[in-house]
Amino acid sequence: MASPSRSALFRRFFEQLGEVSELAARTFRAIFGKPREGEIFFQQLEEIGLRTLPVVALTAAFGGLVFGLQSYYGFHKYVGQGTEAYGGPIIAVGLVRELIPILVGLMVAGRVGSSMAAEIGTMRITEQIDALFTLGADSVRYLVAPRTAASILMLPCLTLFGDFIGIVCAHFYNVALMGVNGTVYLRNTLMYLDLWDVLSGLVKAAVFGALIAIIGCWQGLETEGGAEGVGRATTRAVVFASIAILITNFFMSKFLPANL
Amino acid sequence: MIQFRDLHKSFGPKPVLSGLELEIRTGETLVVIGQSGSGKSVLLKLLIGILDPDRGSIVIDGTDVTSMDRETRQKTARKFGMLFQAAALFDSLSVGENVAFGLKRRTDLDPAAIGKIVADCLEKVGLRGIEDLMPHELSGGMRKRVGLARAIAYRPEIILYDEPSTGLDPIRADAINDLILLLQKEMGVTSIVITHDLVSAYKVADRMAMLYDGRIVAVGTPDEIRQSPDPVVQQFLRGRADGPIKNW
Repeated sequence: MASPSRSALFRRFFEQLGEVSELAARTFRAIFGKPREGEIFFQQLEEIGLRTLPVVALTAAFGGLVFGLQSYYGFHKYVGQGTEAYGGPIIAVGLVRELIPILVGLMVAGRVGSSMAAEIGTMRITEQIDALFTLGADSVRYLVAPRTAASILMLPCLTLFGDFIGIVCAHFYNVALMGVNGTVYLRNTLMYLDLWDVLSGLVKAAVFGALIAIIGCWQGLETEGGAEGVGRATTRAVVFASIAILITNFFMSKFLPANL
Repeated sequence: MIQFRDLHKSFGPKPVLSGLELEIRTGETLVVIGQSGSGKSVLLKLLIGILDPDRGSIVIDGTDVTSMDRETRQKTARKFGMLFQAAALFDSLSVGENVAFGLKRRTDLDPAAIGKIVADCLEKVGLRGIEDLMPHELSGGMRKRVGLARAIAYRPEIILYDEPSTGLDPIRADAINDLILLLQKEMGVTSIVITHDLVSAYKVADRMAMLYDGRIVAVGTPDEIRQSPDPVVQQFLRGRADGPIKNW
């Protein structure tokens, strides 16, 4: 089979960008409009928030430990013995501004974005989306808006939780395992870690939340074929959301102010 | 009255409907027969507004619905109830919630009144007291009947049946046919039934239409269709592989 030409691929890319942008616009209109699907919103809060807590705790814990480890060795090797406690604020800022929002975003994309694509994709191929229309429910208002709103709200909560776990684990590694001076470590961390550092990570997380939900739902709504189509939509949802998170993160890191 | 005028619909390069013309009279049961993949289900989806035609118009009671925006179109869909081929019950909702779904969105009734209508509709389809079951606990026939209860709950004027007997054994298929006749008699609705099951078609139809090659090639009473001189109709009715229909 002949592969599509470069211009066809280019056109397809912009068509898809147009589709997802239109879906995003309709979703935000539905989130701020009425009627709202409160019951589904609360179900999704539980699905995205509560049920993702264990995986976020685990990834944040090991993210914090490995950051703590690298910081310890960096200071120990290049700055000198006894300076390891100065790594505290570097670890904390790195975690809350970059590592934890990205880890949480990728974990939620894998766990929740894929399940949104699979659930909505299955609804698409079993005509449940068509049934929604015939029964007076708009699929964007009923399916996409509550998932997106819940995702935007829960990602920052999960990130804040992850920040805490990551910082505690980095502290544990340095102070409890490597014998770094705990008082200096903590004082330095509190002195140099700004509220804006934490907030900028939470802003990123909210944007990642919107990306994960809209891309997951978009792939679900676009599903064609049978089980194979659902599988393809699920994979694409995770891949597209992960790429979108990494690209958006770079630009947000670049353009969000370093301080307020 | 519903009129399809010069209706065209393609998916990619493949034309499905090519200038289809058809009239459906108020209160009648019209059965559309045709091969699998001939565009019968597409016809229903165009009528209800799930799909938009490429060209042509659909006129319902004198109003051209194809020129309406999506929101107005969805309000017009209030006239329709649809039984989907595999019932399309919402997996995450119980039977009761499925049947109540349209009522909650299309009426201002309080929960008690909705509960009563749900119970009545389930009783009408012979499934009293199963409100709390989940769709995965139902057999194929039960799913279809729940789908039918959901379609009639808000008392639509027009009921669309997409392959109502497909996937059912002959006894269950006949029970669904009886339900179609019962609803027609009790509610006086206009019914459009899409099927390739001729036993069902002959039983429920006031008139039949055959869809072939994107057009309606024959319309008439079941007897007129049986006696149609059209070789395409005769090949389909007799279920023969040899004849003018080649694209199977």
